[in-house]
Amino acid sequence: MLPSGMPGHLDDPKSTTEQASYEAVQRVMEAVKGEENVIDLGPSAEQSSTRALVPIPARRSRELPDPEPPDREIRRGDVDPWGRSERVRSIARRIYDPLYRYWFRVQWEGIEHIPTESGALLVSNHAGAIPSDAPAIMHGIETQLGRPVYGLAEYLFRDLPAIGTLWSRAGGVTAHPDNAYRLLKEDQQLVLVFPEGAKGTGKLYKDRYRLARFGRGGFVEIAMRAGVPIIPIAVVGAEESMPILFKSKRLANLLGIPYAPITANMLMFGPLGGLAYLPAKFRIRVLEPIHFTAEPDQERYSRARVMDASEMIRGRIQEALYDMLRSRRSTWW
Amino acid sequence: MRVLVTGLGTFWGSRLAQALEQFDDVEVIVGLDTNEPRLPLERTEFVRADSDYSILQRIVKATKVDTILHTHLLVDSTENSNRRMHEVNVIGTMNLLAAAGAAGSTVRKLIVKSSTLIYGAGKRDPYFFREEMERTTPPHTEVERSLLETSAFVRDFAVDNPHVVVTKLRFSNALGDDITSPFARSLSLPVVPEILGFDPRLQFVHEEDITGALIFATRNDIPGVYNVAGRGTMPWSEICEVIGKRRIPLPPFFTNWAAEPLRMTRVVDLPPEVLDLLRYGRVVDTRAYRRAGFEYKYTTAATVNAFARSLRLESVVGDSNPSYRYESDVETFFRHSPAIIREGNE
Repeated sequence: MLPSGMPGHLDDPKSTTEQASYEAVQRVMEAVKGEENVIDLGPSAEQSSTRALVPIPARRSRELPDPEPPDREIRRGDVDPWGRSERVRSIARRIYDPLYRYWFRVQWEGIEHIPTESGALLVSNHAGAIPSDAPAIMHGIETQLGRPVYGLAEYLFRDLPAIGTLWSRAGGVTAHPDNAYRLLKEDQQLVLVFPEGAKGTGKLYKDRYRLARFGRGGFVEIAMRAGVPIIPIAVVGAEESMPILFKSKRLANLLGIPYAPITANMLMFGPLGGLAYLPAKFRIRVLEPIHFTAEPDQERYSRARVMDASEMIRGRIQEALYDMLRSRRSTWW
Repeated sequence: MRVLVTGLGTFWGSRLAQALEQFDDVEVIVGLDTNEPRLPLERTEFVRADSDYSILQRIVKATKVDTILHTHLLVDSTENSNRRMHEVNVIGTMNLLAAAGAAGSTVRKLIVKSSTLIYGAGKRDPYFFREEMERTTPPHTEVERSLLETSAFVRDFAVDNPHVVVTKLRFSNALGDDITSPFARSLSLPVVPEILGFDPRLQFVHEEDITGALIFATRNDIPGVYNVAGRGTMPWSEICEVIGKRRIPLPPFFTNWAAEPLRMTRVVDLPPEVLDLLRYGRVVDTRAYRRAGFEYKYTTAATVNAFARSLRLESVVGDSNPSYRYESDVETFFRHSPAIIREGNE
């Protein structure tokens, strides 16, 4: 005899009722299961129907990260779990300080918006063939607030001998979504990100101060998930410190780098100019922090909400840039 | 509790059997391997058998073991050929799991000793691997491929046998007095290799924590996959400094070719998966196992310090731990001879 509930029994009236009752039980069980999921993942997990932009597995609230107990073992070096070394960083600061002070003459505005303790995601515009904005922002915050800033960057850095190691010791971390989440949520650190990526630094001088696309909004999703505010930052001056006049696609492909620029600096000082910045005056404006109402640690966030926030932040930075350019009298002073 | 330990001839297996012997409620310990145990064992029954399915099935059935500790996964590609790693890791595990899942099997717990090698090492890796994360680079060595295949077998076994508690432990690189691993060997050389311009973040687990973690899984029911590594990380340069060794750089490009002369002269064998580690490093999140209740004795820094101390002793005294030779006649005498007075046997 076939067990009830098999398709072959559908003609038989008795087993059809059995089938129906079996299905009813299944439905109830599924409903119960569904309720459990909702409780586990938080009440608003079902509001959004889109898939996550960034593939981070959801963490259930009861499994929230517990901080690792401190390691009391005596160490020789001071390289932290992220590869950053305060010793290397302070040497870098000492070398960079004259450049910061007398070459770029960096001027800050609204630095009080940056929290002195908790985690926050700093989002800025990106410019210059070899971007000069990241070191300036990191240096300024570290000297004024006395807390480290981790800069997210391309995976490319982990492939570069020597430069990659130095970059890592100086606070660089590859832009893996889980890295950003851990830094923000578990370590409550400041994380600097340039959502334009290479599209920002690789743009030509004629397109200066026009923001490129802000990725796919992944940075918003990470801030939401980590439950930290986003602090937009507008930088004026980096575009003129190393303007790109031409780009060679063929050379870039040959070298396996995102773009191969011919900069104004190279034309002025020869090949060595590839590393020399023009003394543009830097102005950095920190905008009002943006807090999200979305519940942290959800499995996914509505793409519409993420893109809305991403566009809003991009709009604010763009507006601030135009405002700063309106009141700028000279590129150099 | 009746326990079957595979890979008794490996360091892990012998050490584990030794530790299991201390527990009174462990009635029977049966150890399988083709090689003899590395350490003196008191009451473990050693069966010289390879991973043949029919033999395994007979042993599992006849001994009525309830717990299988599968420590026989080879992860050191410098000491084992690809062919052997495939036979032992893939075929051996397949046969063992088939025997454990056969009809009428008494097995209720399976513990598998795997390796964090399964995550690989690449530039797109997260800085901390959690258990549910997957590797970002395709496996390019036999040891990694065989571990991935084994992992799939174990997953299937857990699905097919819901009544069995399946625990999979992924161990980080091991350091300790008695254990040999490519890293331990590299660090014992007069000069230590590095890849020029790279200083990866690494993690180590102490041999005591290895046995501790395996015993913990035996004594507690904790199904799932867990990383096991000393918490914290250390850059390679600092590790070498602590050990007190000079570094000799390998070129950052064509590193695999450059390592070939070292391999051929048998100075040190740096297989591709170790070169990846020396370039990109690998760090895993160790919190899941701690959350399950396990307490580590050593952090990564403590493991490296302990290893440095044992190397210093070894450089003065010679061999710090003279390795044990298994004398089967002597062992049989101790176990079965009426001349031996056994306590609690009257």
